[in-house]
Amino acid sequence: MNALFAAFRKDLLLQWRGRTQMVAIFAFGAAALLLFSFAIGPDSSALREHAAGFLWLGLLLASTLSLAESFECEMEEQALEGLLLLPASTRALYYGKAIANWAQLALLGMALVPVMVVLYDAGTLRLFSLLVVILLGTAGLSAPGTLYAAMTSQTRARQTLLPLLLFPLVVPVLLAAVKATSLVILGDPMEQYRPWITLLGAFAVIHWSIGGLLFGRVVED
Amino acid sequence: MIAVAAAGVCRRYGRRWALADVSFEVPAGALVMVTGRNGSGKSTLLRVLATAIRPDLGTVRILGHDVRAERDLVRRKIGLLGHRTHLYEPLTALENLAVVARFLGADPGRSALLRQLEEVGLGDRGDDPVQTFSAGMRQRLALASVLLQRPEVVLLDEPYGHLDAAGFLLVDGLLQRLRAQGATVLMATHLMARGRKLCDLGLVLDAGRLVFAGAAAQLPVPQGADAMGFAEGA
Amino acid sequence: MRASSARPIAFVAFGVALLLAGSWWGLAKAPGEVFMGDVQRIMYVHVPTAWNAMLALTFAFVCALCFLFTNAWKWDNRLEAGMEMGVVLSLLLCMQGSIWAKPTWGVWWDWDPRLTTTAVMVFAFGGILALRAFVDDPVKRAVWSSVACIVAFVDVPIVYFSVKWWNSLHQAQSTPQTVSSAFHLPLRINAFGILFLWVGLVGLRARVAALRRRGEMAPPLTQKQSATGRAPITGGAV
Repeated sequence: MNALFAAFRKDLLLQWRGRTQMVAIFAFGAAALLLFSFAIGPDSSALREHAAGFLWLGLLLASTLSLAESFECEMEEQALEGLLLLPASTRALYYGKAIANWAQLALLGMALVPVMVVLYDAGTLRLFSLLVVILLGTAGLSAPGTLYAAMTSQTRARQTLLPLLLFPLVVPVLLAAVKATSLVILGDPMEQYRPWITLLGAFAVIHWSIGGLLFGRVVED
Repeated sequence: MIAVAAAGVCRRYGRRWALADVSFEVPAGALVMVTGRNGSGKSTLLRVLATAIRPDLGTVRILGHDVRAERDLVRRKIGLLGHRTHLYEPLTALENLAVVARFLGADPGRSALLRQLEEVGLGDRGDDPVQTFSAGMRQRLALASVLLQRPEVVLLDEPYGHLDAAGFLLVDGLLQRLRAQGATVLMATHLMARGRKLCDLGLVLDAGRLVFAGAAAQLPVPQGADAMGFAEGA
Repeated sequence: MRASSARPIAFVAFGVALLLAGSWWGLAKAPGEVFMGDVQRIMYVHVPTAWNAMLALTFAFVCALCFLFTNAWKWDNRLEAGMEMGVVLSLLLCMQGSIWAKPTWGVWWDWDPRLTTTAVMVFAFGGILALRAFVDDPVKRAVWSSVACIVAFVDVPIVYFSVKWWNSLHQAQSTPQTVSSAFHLPLRINAFGILFLWVGLVGLRARVAALRRRGEMAPPLTQKQSATGRAPITGGAV
């Protein structure tokens, strides 16, 4: 438990130090949302209808940058190996990193919401419901994302491999989060919000469990 | 008491055997020099002893514990100063030490960590991020990090590399202190004269094989070493 | 150590024979389906391919687990072969689905949950094959692809359910699940045909993987090459 706290504290500090990069990643996400609107055209009703999809696509693309960056400082001087030799439990290192990545992605998601509201006229008053979707969706991105980022940061083609491996895996998150966000924005007459949230929760639980179990094999020799 | 016992250790990298059937024993408290040409397997050997990588064949026992079966226990007792510094570039020197301290279960205050930095000559750079450090300063910080772990078996890969004259004396002093504390030290270095003077034992590797294991004073001097200044002084 | 390739080749031959028999039956002898006519005959390959694609990927998953627990190279060979087979069969499945969908629904893709899940699987496991190409160290390659295979396989049911719910809100189009009993025999023959075919191919492919790795890794140290005995603590050279 102490190790988990130590790991989380270290990752939070590293994220704080790299906050200018966070701003750049947010700018990337916002630019993506802008480009999506150009792809659809100035049809406000179509934009509003698909706003949820654009938000989550933009967040997904930005997440690959954020996740990859989270392992840059671990690998450039083999700092992660240094911690493993202390010894530090791989489980603590994984969960510390995954929770910190989750926090960063959730913040990114919340920051992109106003961009979505402005560009697509997709406002909503059900902010709490929206927050729940963002929290659960980013949790689903963070767990497998942290595992795969640890892997790909040790390979040659790290830029392309992370999205290649991650995107097919998180299809359920994309489907469920877009659906749930759409219901929050456009209305939910048939009460379909809850099953989608449950799916997001189940995905997160499954992947946070197996991530912790498999991380050790990925970073140790 | 045998601190390090290697038996038939082999490790391959691609098509090469970086270590081929290396066997030796080091008694506790000894100061051992590991030497050999570039690419002879010194770093690989230290990394295998440090449990950073596993031997493909053979066994290694550190203080009686097998590195494969009791890896975490071994890790608690060893400290590695490797080729990579194991530092977080965006963090300051003090923050790097604090991360290590917290994982070790302690939470020493700023002053305790500052003292550790002063020991390696970085007392006035505690709040500077590591990315502003020179190679020699990074090496000193890495050394401080290793000492923080209070290891019983210390593995140093080229501890004198990147350091200035003051740094050389620093490392000499640290080695004496570690010896006084009863720690076992294995040090990979090219500085033959220094090593012969300071160390008890010597191991010489060549293309992954152990070609000499014995008293440091009897270490063979490599051809032409005198001319290049490696044998004397340095 | 070099086992004969006779058995896998026999499997492949037997599989092809079964496939030819079953396909002839399905294409020539069995009656056309009442509503869809001859287009429905693709079911004689489509359904068996679906079963076998899933089987191949399950086999890969089991190999991944075995490798992580035993660290034996043979499981990595089989993993590589199994994943390749699974990706090929899944790709075939998607193509068959398109061939069926175009005359039936007028579109090349109909977002049927099972077919969509298969497409996701092609990308997921294809990505793992790409990962293997970018990792030079054989041990890391084996461990990482086993880990990725396990994560991807565990994800498959989740993908299926999420696509099913997602699609059910739109239309009720789906490939027919039931086939009436008159058509069972050719289906089963083809299923076993494809089964023998891919098992044989996996056997051969696993062998190729083993041979490739032997070329990558250092040959084992011979007795003559290795140094003798343990070095003494004091004294001269070994």
